[in-house]
Amino acid sequence: MKADCGRWLRHVVATACALIGCALSVHAAEIPLAERRSGYEFMGRETRAMQDDDVTNPGVLWVLDGETLWNRTAGATGQACAGCHGDARTSMRGVAARYPAWDVASGRPINLEQRINACRTGRQKAAPLVYESRDLLALTAYVARQSRGMEIEIAIDERIKPSLNAGRDTFHRRQGQLNLACTQCHDDRWGKKLAGNTIPQAHPTGYPLYRLEWQGLGSLQRRLRNCMAGIRAEPYPYGAPEFVELEIYLMWRARGMKLETPAVRP
Amino acid sequence: MARAVLSLPAKARHGEVIEIKTLIAHAMETGFRRTQLGEPIPRDIITRFVCTYNGDEIFRAELHPAIAANPLLAFTTVATESGTLEFKWSGDRGFSLTESATIAVE
Repeated sequence: MKADCGRWLRHVVATACALIGCALSVHAAEIPLAERRSGYEFMGRETRAMQDDDVTNPGVLWVLDGETLWNRTAGATGQACAGCHGDARTSMRGVAARYPAWDVASGRPINLEQRINACRTGRQKAAPLVYESRDLLALTAYVARQSRGMEIEIAIDERIKPSLNAGRDTFHRRQGQLNLACTQCHDDRWGKKLAGNTIPQAHPTGYPLYRLEWQGLGSLQRRLRNCMAGIRAEPYPYGAPEFVELEIYLMWRARGMKLETPAVRP
Repeated sequence: MARAVLSLPAKARHGEVIEIKTLIAHAMETGFRRTQLGEPIPRDIITRFVCTYNGDEIFRAELHPAIAANPLLAFTTVATESGTLEFKWSGDRGFSLTESATIAVE
């Protein structure tokens, strides 16, 4: 009886220690601000050169398409984006650096793609663009391009805070058949190798970006779905609130880093 | 939408070697892939690129299925006279795009 009791006590103490250890490691594992690196810095010289030159960066093809769409009328109102917002180079400057943001109309945080579609359905009275469609990627890339070189700074207020915390929890929660959390690779093992590839820190500094593996432009959510499939978890659908929460956490985590849209990644 | 981006100097000295870069939006579908239902996706690639300088062909390329989407071609030529460079891409399903740029040679 006494021995049993002792075993039980040891078990409780061990569990408590493990829990405390977990709780501490959650915060201890976050990368110090000064040590954060964009995925750009993990790439080879050739891929960096490809991103830096507007003629060799294939993402520019989408940005140019986005500029056309910006000035094209759509929907029942016959309005173009430019009709209300004018020249995107001034009106959209810095916008992508502060998204996801709180949307008063829907009472929840939304990302840049959802903002564009809210404008389409609400103001232009047009059909929303499908996630990952060429047009939505092009418009998003064009809007985000106007913030290139600007520092990421999303507004964390009382309304956004619960989403930020939920996103942080998702980032630290083990999931999938491989039972891995984002943090295990991107906080604890960045700079090391996963197969032949260097593990980056997972800062969303260049989305939507041109990924050589995709042979095309893709959104942050497409990248997140890739990662989830990689750990054999069931990916959330495009536009899921869980993804927006994760985007908020990732953008908060990358605060102060410079936007590179449209970036090029291997 | 068919779209290409060109880069070449607007001005050059006579005899100068100039670099020309071209980037074109194209899926370059290989013809070897299948849909999720097993249907083959037909080949759709750019097969030929030609650059002419005041009508004279200065660079030509044949493209094949192994070439990545949105092909980037960079090459050099000698600036001999002021005039127009014409760039023409053609390929499967009647694909054709022509762009041009002018250069002033001093």
